Amino acid sequence: MPKYLILKHYRGTPATVNDVPMDRWTPDEVDAHMQFMADFGRRLEETGEYVDGQALSPEGAFVRYDGPGRPPVTDGPFAETKDLIAGWYVVDVDSWDRAVELAGELSAAPGAGGKPIHEWLEVRPFYAVPSATDE
Amino acid sequence: MAGGAADAFDEVPLRELIPAVIGVLVRRGADFATAEDAVQDALVEAVRTFGETGAPRDPKGWLVTVAWRRFLDVVRSDTSRRRRELVVDAEPGAGTTEVADDTLQIFFLCAHPSLTPASAVALTLRAVAGLTTRQIAGAYLVPEATMAQRISRAKRTVSGDSFDRPGDLDTVRRVLYLVFNEGYTGDVDLAAEAIRLTRQLAALSSGEGGNPETDGLLALMLLHQARRPTRTRADGALVPLAEQDRTLWDTALVEEGVTILQSALARERRGEFQLQAAIAALHADAPTAAETDWVQVVQWYDELLALTGSPVVRLNRAVAVGEADGARAGLAALAEVDPGLPRHRAVEAYLHEKDGDLAAAARLYAEAARLAPSVAERTHLTRQAARLHADGA
Repeated sequence: MPKYLILKHYRGTPATVNDVPMDRWTPDEVDAHMQFMADFGRRLEETGEYVDGQALSPEGAFVRYDGPGRPPVTDGPFAETKDLIAGWYVVDVDSWDRAVELAGELSAAPGAGGKPIHEWLEVRPFYAVPSATDE
Repeated sequence: MAGGAADAFDEVPLRELIPAVIGVLVRRGADFATAEDAVQDALVEAVRTFGETGAPRDPKGWLVTVAWRRFLDVVRSDTSRRRRELVVDAEPGAGTTEVADDTLQIFFLCAHPSLTPASAVALTLRAVAGLTTRQIAGAYLVPEATMAQRISRAKRTVSGDSFDRPGDLDTVRRVLYLVFNEGYTGDVDLAAEAIRLTRQLAALSSGEGGNPETDGLLALMLLHQARRPTRTRADGALVPLAEQDRTLWDTALVEEGVTILQSALARERRGEFQLQAAIAALHADAPTAAETDWVQVVQWYDELLALTGSPVVRLNRAVAVGEADGARAGLAALAEVDPGLPRHRAVEAYLHEKDGDLAAAARLYAEAARLAPSVAERTHLTRQAARLHADGA
């Protein structure tokens, strides 16, 4: 079965419909959102489609090699304008359509006013492993 | 060991024997790394066999016999290792080597100062706790092959070390506390496992009137463990100390922790675990957060700070000062703390809220959320900011 990455961003995607930062929601709305996310993960496990799910802190830096005998150069924190990944699910599903369907469900997570956030999520296919009959 | 065929077999008493059995093999001339593998194999076989037939009268003797046989198989099949062949040819006589209990030496070896903390933790969980590599990997959320490699490198690092060298209890305690703090991911309850090992370590030194600092560590773990069911909600959300349902704290664990702590403190050789346990005991003793003896908490923090100079202690002390002497005093104490420290912003937010500056508190909670080390903490802090904003901050 093909694997897909469902990628969530802190920023860098087109603006969402319900675009209110989380600390401006009510505490109950925060709870409802977290409950939705937990249920989503549990459902993926129940359907046998879950592979991995991780969340990333917005902290960090760019790092590169700076020549022999020199310490690596770091550049951070990330500029406010940069695309910033927040986390992901990896799912193992029957089809691209199913991956899109799942991302659609996730994007409907409730936000301010209990209404769906309509968040933009990125869905990316993993490269396949060559099959036993490929030549 | 109530190990009828139909009952779920309790392997903990067997795992408790693991370091002693490794010790016997090493005394007989086996190298630590191979001995440890052989004993793991014997443990797996024991769990399988005893689960069906019940445990034998002398499970340690059984494990030694099976592990030694396994060790000989490995060594004999490995003809390139001639030095080991020579050792093996001199078959052991049952003598003092069989009686000596080297459990403590195995604790020392697994927390060897030349190991990184992550390696020491992994090796301790295998060779002292008797967990399988798969279980340890599951607990630390890394692939089994990664954990296997970490453990075998650690074994190689300590393999040449003599058993008779005196070990360092300080490093052992630190490793056990790391295990305890790792908490409860995966199938293995690492906190419970850390408590079991610390009990074993405390019992090993009870001969000389006990080691107060090891007892202090045990007390600290028990007092934390007593609050465990109330620290998170069913959905995983964090519940701060002040909001925990104190009626659900495990009073038996609290009582045991306090008793152990009192006898440790009476021996007048204070260390950081005893002092931390003293603070935990004051929390456990208070019917509500407001009724906590915060003045005494601050005094223990003063002593702890004088002993360790730790920036984290300084940060926690600022919270206690805020409770004992008011938010302004807490903020003044916080001014002495490095702002780059994890949770600094969260403490600052809390003290500003207490001081009535809700706008600053909301801003700081949101900032603290961005810096949070876990999703649970991030959610908790975001929720705090949301609560203040909803109240009009």
